[in-house]
Formats: sequence, C-alpha cells, structure tokens
Amino acid sequence: MSMNAITISGVRLEEKPWVDTLHEWLTTVDHKRLGILYIIYALLLLIVAGIEALIIRIQLMHSHNNFVSPQVFNRMFTMHGTTMIFFVIMPVLFGFANYLVPLMIGARDMAFPRLNAFSFWLTALGGLLLYFSFLGGNGLYGAGNAPDVGWWAYAPLTARAFSTGHSSDYWTLALLVSGFGSIGTAINIIATVVCLRCPGMKLTRMPLMAWLNLVMSGMVLIAITPLSAAQIMLLVDRYLGGHFFDTQAGGSAVLWMHFFWIFGHPEVYILIIPAFAFMSEIVPVFSRKPIFGYPVMVAATIAIAFVSMSVWAHHMFTVGMNSYANSFFTITSMVIAVPTGIKIFNWLGTMWGGRIQFKTPMLFSIGFLFQFLIGGLTGVMQATAPFDWQLSLSYFVVAHFHYVIVGGIVFAVFAAFYYWYPKMTGRMLSEKLGKWHFWLFLIGFHLTFDVMHIPGLLGMPRRIYTYEPVRGWDTLNLIITIGAFIQGIAILVFVANLVVSYFNGAQAGNDPWDAWTLEWSVSSPPPAYNFAFIPVVASRRPLWDQKHPEDPDSRYE
Amino acid sequence: MFVLAITGIIFGVVFTLLIYAIIKFRRRGTDAGSEPAQVYGSTQIELAWTIIPILIVVVLYLATARVIHAIQDAPESATAIDVIVIGHQYWWEFRYPKLGIVTANELHIPVSDPANPTPTFLKLLSADTDHSFWVPELAGKTDLVPNHPNRMWMDPQRIGIFLGQCAQYCGTQHAKMLLRVFVDSPRDFAAWVRAQQQPAIQDASVRAGRGAFESTACINCHAVAGTPADGRFGPDLTHLMSRTTIASGATENTSENLRLWIQNPNAIKPGSLMPAMKLSDADLDAIVNYMETLR
Repeated sequence: MSMNAITISGVRLEEKPWVDTLHEWLTTVDHKRLGILYIIYALLLLIVAGIEALIIRIQLMHSHNNFVSPQVFNRMFTMHGTTMIFFVIMPVLFGFANYLVPLMIGARDMAFPRLNAFSFWLTALGGLLLYFSFLGGNGLYGAGNAPDVGWWAYAPLTARAFSTGHSSDYWTLALLVSGFGSIGTAINIIATVVCLRCPGMKLTRMPLMAWLNLVMSGMVLIAITPLSAAQIMLLVDRYLGGHFFDTQAGGSAVLWMHFFWIFGHPEVYILIIPAFAFMSEIVPVFSRKPIFGYPVMVAATIAIAFVSMSVWAHHMFTVGMNSYANSFFTITSMVIAVPTGIKIFNWLGTMWGGRIQFKTPMLFSIGFLFQFLIGGLTGVMQATAPFDWQLSLSYFVVAHFHYVIVGGIVFAVFAAFYYWYPKMTGRMLSEKLGKWHFWLFLIGFHLTFDVMHIPGLLGMPRRIYTYEPVRGWDTLNLIITIGAFIQGIAILVFVANLVVSYFNGAQAGNDPWDAWTLEWSVSSPPPAYNFAFIPVVASRRPLWDQKHPEDPDSRYE
Repeated sequence: MFVLAITGIIFGVVFTLLIYAIIKFRRRGTDAGSEPAQVYGSTQIELAWTIIPILIVVVLYLATARVIHAIQDAPESATAIDVIVIGHQYWWEFRYPKLGIVTANELHIPVSDPANPTPTFLKLLSADTDHSFWVPELAGKTDLVPNHPNRMWMDPQRIGIFLGQCAQYCGTQHAKMLLRVFVDSPRDFAAWVRAQQQPAIQDASVRAGRGAFESTACINCHAVAGTPADGRFGPDLTHLMSRTTIASGATENTSENLRLWIQNPNAIKPGSLMPAMKLSDADLDAIVNYMETLR
C-alpha cells in the first residue's frame, strides 16, 4: 500500500522490514487503515461464524442426526448469532464508514483519530473475549465452555443456577467491551460529519452515505446504552447477589427481554441503514442518474430511526403482554414499513429511465432490492401479532431475518466490496470471479432461505438440535443444508477474488466507475492525508460538475 | 389471510416494476456512453408512494387489532376446561384443578362442539427457565415465563392427536421437550378423566419393584398417588402406562425404552436432568415391572 501520493522521481524508498510495517498497522490512527483493519477483522470472523453455521446445518441435515451433541449445537447457534451480529456485520459496516465518510465529505481524517483506534481495539478485544470462552469458559469441570444461551440470552437461563461456569460471563464481557467500542465509533462519526465537512458541503449536499451513517451513529448511542446497562445488571446478578433477572429470587425475566430488545430492534436498523447507504451510492452510479428524491431519502431514514425505537416488543408478542400493548407494537411495526417502502421506491425511481450497467456491484445491489422487498413484506406479516403467535420462534422467523440480514445487508456489503475495493487497494476485483461469486451466492441463498420458511410454517421451532422423523421436515432441511454449502463455496470464491486481485487485479486509477463523490477524486489508494488541498463543492455530485461543466448539478439544487 | 393477500399484491406490483426497470433501462450498445436525462425527483410521486402505503397500513392495523382483541380478551365460559401447564427443563406438567388430575407431556382435552363449546383454557407457569407452549394446529404459541403467569385457550373442532413442542429455547434438551395433545370425543375424555382420577394400582406381584423404587432417590422427584412417592421435580408416574411416550415424547413407551431410560437417560436424551441411578440389573427389571403396572 503506497503511503505517499507525491513521489519524487529518481528517489527510491527503501523497503521497510515487515516488523516495521506490522508496527505501523498496529499503532495506526489513520482512518483508512483502521477501516481496513475493521474489515479484515470482520472477514476473519465471517469465516469462523460461517463454519459454525455449516456445523448447525450438517446437524440438521436429517432427523435424529448425531453429528454434534446437543450441548455443542447450542453453543454453535449462540456463537454464530453473537459473532455475526456483533463481530462481523457491525465491524464491517464501521470499517466502510471509517474509510469512506471522511473521504466523502472532504476531510483529512476522523474527528478523533486516537478514539478511533481505541474503539477498534476494544471491538477486537470483545471478539477475543468471546472466543476465549472456548478455553476459559470451563469455570468448573464439565460446566461447558462457549456460551450456550442463545444470542439474546434470555433470563433466567443466564442465572448461575442454569449457567454454571464462566461461559455466560465471557458473552457478557464481550458485548460490554465491544459495545463501548461501538459507542466510541458512533461519537466519532457524528463529530466528523458535523464538524469536518469541506467548504460548500452543506448538510443538504452531503452524500447519502454520510447522512445515513450520521443517523446510524445517533441510533448506536441510544440503543447500545440499555444493552450495556443490562449486561452490567446481569453481572451484578451473577456475582454481587443482585436480583434483577434472577426469577428464583423474585427477579423479572420479562425485564431482561425489554432491555435486550430495546437494544435489539434498533440494532437491526443500525445494521441495515449503512446497507441503505451503500445502495444509495451504488445504484445511482450504475444507473447513471442522481439519486431520486434525495431529501425524501434523508427524511425516510430519520423516520425509520425514530420509529425503530418504538417497535422492540414485537419480539415479545408471545410473552403475554396485554392486548393493548400487542396492538401498539403491531401498529408501530407496520408503520416502519412506510419509510422503508419509500426507500425501495426511490431506488426504483433512480433506476427508472437510467442506463443500467450490470457490473458486479450493481448485480449485488439488484439482489438486495429484490430480497429486501421480500424480507420487508414477511416482516409486515409478522408485525401482525396473531400471525406472529404462530410464526414467532419458528424457522419462519429465522428465514425472515436471514432474508433481511443476508439477502439485504450482506448483499449490500458485497456490493460495497466490489465498488470500493479499487479505491482501497488500487486494484479492480475480477469481474469474472465476481459474477461467479454473485450467482453462486444467489442460488445458495435462495435454496437455503426460501425453503427455510416452509418448515417454520409446518411447526419447526428454532434452536432445536434435532427433530422427529414423523414430522416430515427431512427433505426440506436437506435442501437448506445444500444451499448453505453453496453459499460457503461462494464465500471461498469471494475470498480468492480478494486475494488474487490484490496482486494481479487490473489497475483501478482514480475513478474506475465514472462516479461522482469526492473519494473518487483522489488516488487509489488515497494518500495518508487524503486531500492535498481541501476541496470546495457546489453540489451533491462534485465530480459530475467537474466532468460536465456545461450542465452542472449546482444549477438545479 | 387478509394480510397475506395484501403483502402478496404489494410484492407482485413492486416485483414487476423492478423487473421491468431492469430490462427496459439497461445500457445498450447504441447509447455510446452518453448519460441519460438527469432526474432529481418528483414531489407528486413521493407523496403518492407515501400516502398509499399509509392507507394500507391503517386498514391492515384495524383488521389486526380486532383479531388481537377477539383472541386475547375472550371471556372464559363456564363450560371451559381448566388446565395449569407448568414448564420444566425439559418436560410438561399438566394439572386439571377442577378434576383433580396431574399428568405429564400428553394433554387430553375434549373436542369442542360449536353449538355447545367446551374450550380449554390454559394457565401457563414455569418452574425454571422460559418455555413456550406450541401446538401449531390448535393455537398460536404463548410463553411460559417464571414469575409471569400467562393464559391461552384452544377450541379444537376436530378429534385427533396433535403434535407440538417447546418453542422457546430453554436449555440443553429444548429439542426434545415434545408435547402431544389428544383431542378426545366427549365420551373418551370422560373415560380418561375417570381413569386418571383413580389412585395408583397396588399390585402385590411387583412388591420388589415398588420397594426398590421407594428406597432409592426416584421418589425425590417422582410421585405415585397413594404411595410415599411424592416428588414434584419430575413427571407424575401414577398412570404412566396410560401415556404413549416417555421422556417428554422423546421415545415410545415400550418396555425396552423404559428400561433403557431408567438405566441411562442420556442414551435417549443427552443432557436430560434425570440422573442414571446405577441400579443393579435385578433392581432395574423390578422397577420396570412395577412401572408397567401403573396403568
């Protein structure tokens, strides 16, 4: 990776020993390097959590399978869920935000570079703590190792009576520590976007990527705090004799559910809003049109953020709330579909009348649009409490949220990889491998998650390590497992593409996609200081203005 | 169904528009790299696709709220059957307070005649962690949360055996916390109730087995009505043989399975809380013989 864009001809930099390079990376406060560290960290844990998913799928391939014991199975789904949410998707999204937001708003770094590094290392430590439980969770002989309480860890399963040893403690500490990391990054993004925009970059001219990450960061501040509070209360319960959630001493299991989901549901939007941000940057460029309805997109995002704070108990329709509470959370959960729908319509409006180029980033974006549409609609179905009494806690829900998280967020993240990898490395990712990756992943995804709705409708609950042959779920589960393996192969193609293209990819140049935002105005990869001269912008698409001086955007905004 | 229809229609319309846009507006060779018309938005269109979804949501919500109210706030009729369901790690306890019956894992309820309904009202409690009562063909699920009594009802119109299981992850053997509901004809139900109300059969020929049972730790957890065994941690065994399955539906109630289950519960249900008692073969056979008289 070249550090200097300004090179002096005739002077050759000496090769540094690898220890120096390593030292530079470990002590870096550069937002671009930290962004890449976040992304690499997320990719490593993606592989780990993916293997956990495959173990789950092998075990469920047919009824009464004995591939793993129930204890191991329970650890696998707990670790898979916790890892994917907290240590894969959050870091990869923070990584892209870290890398791109300063570049897109014409800043030289994040507002607080040291806090930025601190936040990353906290997140990394959190993941380490979680996985250290495989070694250290055995507080007592035979008390088990990794956490096995499910990713939402309902009380009183986490009480010491039911969770001996230290596995739950590692889970708690991992989330607590990485939660502080997330809060640090969120503060940093907010400060950066508010204070470091270049001259001319009014709020109404900010790329949607910056806007949406600003909103997401605000949500992080509100949503992570109750989670951290709950984790501390749980530690008090376990070690200081508190009785917040300890039902045997009169504590409340329902209280934990409220604490967890008032974090947990905004969290879903914390994850999807940056995915919306990727869509809002990529779809216009490959449709060759500006985003349709920019102010509405911003308004819809803020609306989603607000409403998402009042939908949490739709995870609790089966818990036995009264009919008024259930009605309230039904309406809020349905209302959130409106701004979300507006977003889909606006992306459609952006494509409408455009000249769509089907490069790999756009393929993944189109996949996102279709799958997010379906995931959103099954979401509306489940917002309906009576439906949810049947579907909640079943494989239908598992299929639904994987549709949103994999079909939506992961597809958007892949789109982002193909779109911004050239900026980060200076090399293009291979289009040929990219298309293999896309089609394999698409086929695997649909085999797995389309089919997964059906056993849910037939009555298969989630989190069971095996099922009875008489229920007739065998064939469906086999298909789901085959799909999971196809997805696994697609991920291998993707990783191969990342590695091969890093060494042999075509040179990217500054602006391979003929795009319009500021990050494409600097070299690939950008110099450490980003901009030799701080740019001045006059519209939402500064590079369009530069390329089309006869018809600049600034004339219309 | 109404919800399904509406979401289906929305899906159809948006899906078609997306496909149309992708095919119609793809880049063609004749474009020669020129840019399309740069359109920034349209207030009218934005208003349209804001207001129409809001109207749809209002309609959907009103329909849903009626159903929620009808189900949750249904009054309990005088002819209803009362059952207390207690979730345990990893089995179900059923108590019929009006009928004086205690049983486990297999729930018997009468079929309900629409002209003269006899719905079943369940009071849901938990002895340890969270569970969820789910028999998909009879009703939606409701959780059993410790310190948080819940209620649900079923009004089955059809005779038969309905399979269900715990739906809320409750620990190691969540998967084998199965349950089956026998919806009986009124006459079968009455016969079942009479049989269950009897104390345990005292059969002198299995005195050895009963002795072994009552002199080991079995009775700390299990109850047999009319004997010193009055434990409540495990299922009531008074009428064990009236049940078709053991170990909460994990296996069929046969002699061999029963013997294996008493000898080594982990062979059938690894992680179950029933301990292996390390009985001698003679004691084991005697206890199995005793159990088989508990009809």
